[in-house]
Amino acid sequence: MSKGRFGEFGGQYISETLMNELINLEEQYEYYKNNPEFNQELNTLLNEYAGRPSLLYYAEKMTQDLGGAKIYLKREDLNHTGSHKINNVLGQVLLAKKMGKTRVIAETGAGQHGVATATAAALMGMECEIFMGKEDTDRQALNVYRMELLGAKVHAVTSGTQTLKDAVNETMREWSCRVADTHYVLGSVMGPHPFPMMVRDFQSVISKEAREQILEKEGKLPDAVLACVGGGSNAMGMFYNFINDEGVRLIGCEAAGQGVDTDRHAATMAKGTLGVFHGMKSYFCQDEYGQIAPVYSISAGLDYPGIGPEHAYLRDSGRAQYVPVTDDEAVDAFEYMARMEGIICAIESAHAVAYARKLAPQMGKDESMIICLSGRGDKDVAAIARYRGVEIYE
Amino acid sequence: MSRIADAFAGGKAFIAFLTAGDPYADKTVDYILAMEEAGADMIEIGIPFSDPTAEGIVIQEASIRALNAGMTTDKAFEIVEKVREKSQIPLAFMTYLNPVFHYGYENFFGRCESVGVSGIIIPDLPYEEKDELSHIAQAHGVDVISMIAPTSRQRIQRIAKEAAGFIYVVSSMGVTGVRASIETDIASIIKSIREVTDVPTAVGFGISTPKQAEKMAGVSDGVIIGSAIVKLIAKYGEHAEGALREYVKSIKDAIS
Repeated sequence: MSKGRFGEFGGQYISETLMNELINLEEQYEYYKNNPEFNQELNTLLNEYAGRPSLLYYAEKMTQDLGGAKIYLKREDLNHTGSHKINNVLGQVLLAKKMGKTRVIAETGAGQHGVATATAAALMGMECEIFMGKEDTDRQALNVYRMELLGAKVHAVTSGTQTLKDAVNETMREWSCRVADTHYVLGSVMGPHPFPMMVRDFQSVISKEAREQILEKEGKLPDAVLACVGGGSNAMGMFYNFINDEGVRLIGCEAAGQGVDTDRHAATMAKGTLGVFHGMKSYFCQDEYGQIAPVYSISAGLDYPGIGPEHAYLRDSGRAQYVPVTDDEAVDAFEYMARMEGIICAIESAHAVAYARKLAPQMGKDESMIICLSGRGDKDVAAIARYRGVEIYE
Repeated sequence: MSRIADAFAGGKAFIAFLTAGDPYADKTVDYILAMEEAGADMIEIGIPFSDPTAEGIVIQEASIRALNAGMTTDKAFEIVEKVREKSQIPLAFMTYLNPVFHYGYENFFGRCESVGVSGIIIPDLPYEEKDELSHIAQAHGVDVISMIAPTSRQRIQRIAKEAAGFIYVVSSMGVTGVRASIETDIASIIKSIREVTDVPTAVGFGISTPKQAEKMAGVSDGVIIGSAIVKLIAKYGEHAEGALREYVKSIKDAIS
């Protein structure tokens, strides 16, 4: 079996044109991840620029309202650029710079990863181009302008379903045209090795902090940890340092759109089957011939037909569980979080909040859970208004 | 030795690509037979995939046209069955790993053997991953075609040593599609290949004109042309036969 495997999942299913670059990336990453100078630079960026460590906030009102487990929120929404995406991006762009690259490219769905990449590129003086599905550039127009403000060039991808998977296709095509000076800042724990491992490592700061923070506050580990999953980067970051703590339930919340029994969802774990796509063997929403299915979610960030290989492994080995959450449930949770705790969270994160609302009342008052609030919801306000029949324009 | 060797037996080989089911299945059969008559030595049949990440816009659009017209892996095999009623031309499939994986390796290559497909090109299956299906393909007499790219450098000989059928030399960086010029030093890549194997080489990606074909065939054993052919099918739809014959003949004449 080739490198970068999590059980049977993962691998390097990518064109020969990119293979040497992936091998080079792996070697450079393996070198720099143990390099004290690199780590010091990265930690300074994370702490002084991105605002880490992020808060672990006790949601007291929500806890009382639900009447069960104590609920803590890991506030990745408070990071610079407004989501967990900055953790990975600062790591990868710094690495790219060390590797002598002068240009970074990235895909984006909702625009969070694109904004984070454009931000890091501006900070570190790199040229930056972002690929975003045409449908997403329309529903997240503000983020497109944000990226342009930061000096990035944004390409609207018109092929296929014009969403996140097509943005990944196009970024891969662009990378294969130009690898010598260009690094592809993949935004999730997916793609060919070494990306799933490297992105997980950069995101694992979330659970490293959260584990220390909850031990300090509660004197014991949480009973459950929840995060939303599209490709799965905030979830992998939130789970990683709890994997060996067997008593901690790991729960990923995926986008069920209009329901897993309709054809309008992005619930890879509930409905997907084993396949090979975007460089990895994992689960995908696809038809009987292995054609990748169009997927749907109200959340552009979860609107992806696959899931990172390590999640597939965690699910099949029984270590983590994955639950579907519908658009309706997520929108309710979005509004609930705003009114209950005064926090407007990303519609992606609201998928995890929605499941927490079901789970917390079933748990004891002596138990606790952490929800990863992966991003802030400013970007979603107009879309949620439209969902509720209110026509407002950004 | 598979039927692929026949394609290279009579001098420089011209390998012509088209997408199965573009514009519809029976037309693909006609076009394959017409290209053979016009001088093609081997046909590469693309089984369309929803997300062809190594493809430029021309073949991407052909894939979508074919899928929308109802093309499937099963129907691609049926196309080959119909071709085989009239022709013994060497055939290879070109597709992505997921459709093959989903069909089941044993089923897929078993069916290749029974209908008479001698090779398969899978751009998202690099050297590192090929072991998961190469022994199954081999057992059914199907060559898994190795690709070598401008970036392959020290990997060239490792890949070439294990190559079977022919070696697909990718002429340029990026995806498939017509290019104004090809800058890669193909001759030195082929020299490196020749140090370790006698398996024939064919150059593909970006070749469209007879002049380019002549130049590439001058340093290798053959040329592969896809996008330029698919463009003609896109332009003329079900009336592309005349244009295809004329084009294929112009390329074959240029490399002969």
